[in-house]
Amino acid sequence: MNIVVAIKHIPSIADDLPVKGNNVDFDSVDFVLNEWDEHSIEQAVLIKEAVGGTVTVVGVDLIGELDNALHLALAKGADKVVKITADDPAADSHQQAKWLAEAIKGMGADMVFAGVQASNDIDGQIGPMIAAYLDMPYIGGTSAIEVSGSTATVSKEFPGGVGMKYAVTLPFVAGVQSAPKPPRYAPVSKVRQMAQTATVEKVAPSGEASSGLAFKKMAPPVVTGHAEMIEGSPKEVAAKIVELLKSRGLA
Amino acid sequence: MSNDVFVITEHLDGKFSDVSFEVAGKAKELAKALGGQAIAVVVGGGVDANVFASDSTIQVDDAALSQFNPEAYAKVIEALVKEKSPRVVLFGWTVTGMDVAAWLSAKLGVPCAAYAKDVRAEGGGVVVSCQAYGGKLTAEVAPEGETAIVACLAGSFPAEAGQGSTAATKIASPVDLSGLKMKFVEMLKPVAGDVDITAQTKLVSVGRGIGGKENIELAEELAAKLGAVVSASRPVVDAGWLPRTRQVGKSGLKVKPKLYLMLGISGAPEHLEGMKSAELIIAINTDKKAPIFNVAHYGATADLFEVAEAMLELL
Repeated sequence: MNIVVAIKHIPSIADDLPVKGNNVDFDSVDFVLNEWDEHSIEQAVLIKEAVGGTVTVVGVDLIGELDNALHLALAKGADKVVKITADDPAADSHQQAKWLAEAIKGMGADMVFAGVQASNDIDGQIGPMIAAYLDMPYIGGTSAIEVSGSTATVSKEFPGGVGMKYAVTLPFVAGVQSAPKPPRYAPVSKVRQMAQTATVEKVAPSGEASSGLAFKKMAPPVVTGHAEMIEGSPKEVAAKIVELLKSRGLA
Repeated sequence: MSNDVFVITEHLDGKFSDVSFEVAGKAKELAKALGGQAIAVVVGGGVDANVFASDSTIQVDDAALSQFNPEAYAKVIEALVKEKSPRVVLFGWTVTGMDVAAWLSAKLGVPCAAYAKDVRAEGGGVVVSCQAYGGKLTAEVAPEGETAIVACLAGSFPAEAGQGSTAATKIASPVDLSGLKMKFVEMLKPVAGDVDITAQTKLVSVGRGIGGKENIELAEELAAKLGAVVSASRPVVDAGWLPRTRQVGKSGLKVKPKLYLMLGISGAPEHLEGMKSAELIIAINTDKKAPIFNVAHYGATADLFEVAEAMLELL
């Protein structure tokens, strides 16, 4: 089984996101692995452990700092890692998906996984776009994928705890919502060992695509309301909350 | 090219989702401004499609479309968009809309604006407000070209405006649906047994800020003292710290308790979809810029563990 996982390096939303012109000030933010990618890597490794095969993780190196994420993927069980050396922090999903699809084309993938979404998917997610560019069907929001022969059984999540099961003939692209198990932990020592010993294959970006979106403005949301903030030490905050709840008959 | 606005509706188990009506209402407003028609598209039979306030409704009936099938739905919608060349194609940014919108964009080479909170007609085209970066930034984007795909967050527009009784025109699938690579197998209903968080009057809801499975106990203790139940945001459930039955939000459950006490939840749009109608929302988060503070009634920038422990002493 040959599984390719396409990952996305995105600005961290844990910190402030400064704006420059009509976009994020990419020079002033940290880039991190899209959180759903951890699940798609886990899903791929689980399938490899069940039926054998190889897991290749490929991503666009937007700012020259993708190696950390790739070493982490190796420490979690990926066999091979590839970076597309784009050096373009503003590359949108369409452009990244095109580069990824071109890189994946020659890999003979039985399945391509991507995170179901990323917080900067303003022009949509890379998963369905890679599927369109590779002419493969796409299914997103997956919570479990099992493979038997040339067919995968895919569980897709719906709201309210409902799930749907599909039988999918390989090859296809999946947008992973969650792996059936929480993403495994990779010890720092193992990641460090990968950083010292592993080879990251480099591929030049090939192909062009654009979101077709003209950015007019980027700013923190216009706030229509704001919470009444409770100030003070944690103890004071706690006292005020308890008082509030008691006054409303909720405690 | 036309100035029509397509709205791709979605249904499950014979029932349309709220977002379908919300987006249908928006489609009507947009179509009017653009000088076109609002056309509701219903993929699949087995549902009463005469429920939208659209100018017209198309219902594509085919046995292969009886349940949501990403591959079949995408093919049908692609064919309809190619045939009718609408100015705008509105989707919900939902578990089904997300399977098709971006695929269609790449397939047809037309723009897609996702995480849409608002969309308005401007200069013959549309301008879309996208709530990106976990709700921390809003991008105003103008899709270029003759067709624009817009995927709208649930809860962005009133549903009432989309409700009506326009009679649907049933058509056969515009594409051959034999030889699909994806086949629907079965629907898995939620497993009963755990508490029903939608039935609770009080919820203590934990997010990524809770840090680990070992800290859930603190939330449980606090909930017990308050006569509440512990619920969670998606990352907590995906990490396996709480079962799926406790998840609030887009891919989880919608709740409307009297009290929603949030510990370490930043308030991504997906979570807000599930809880913003709660009567009293109190949020504790260390990030003073967390979007949840724009929605909560009361908030505190504080360490959730210290506040929770102090609350336990007082209750």
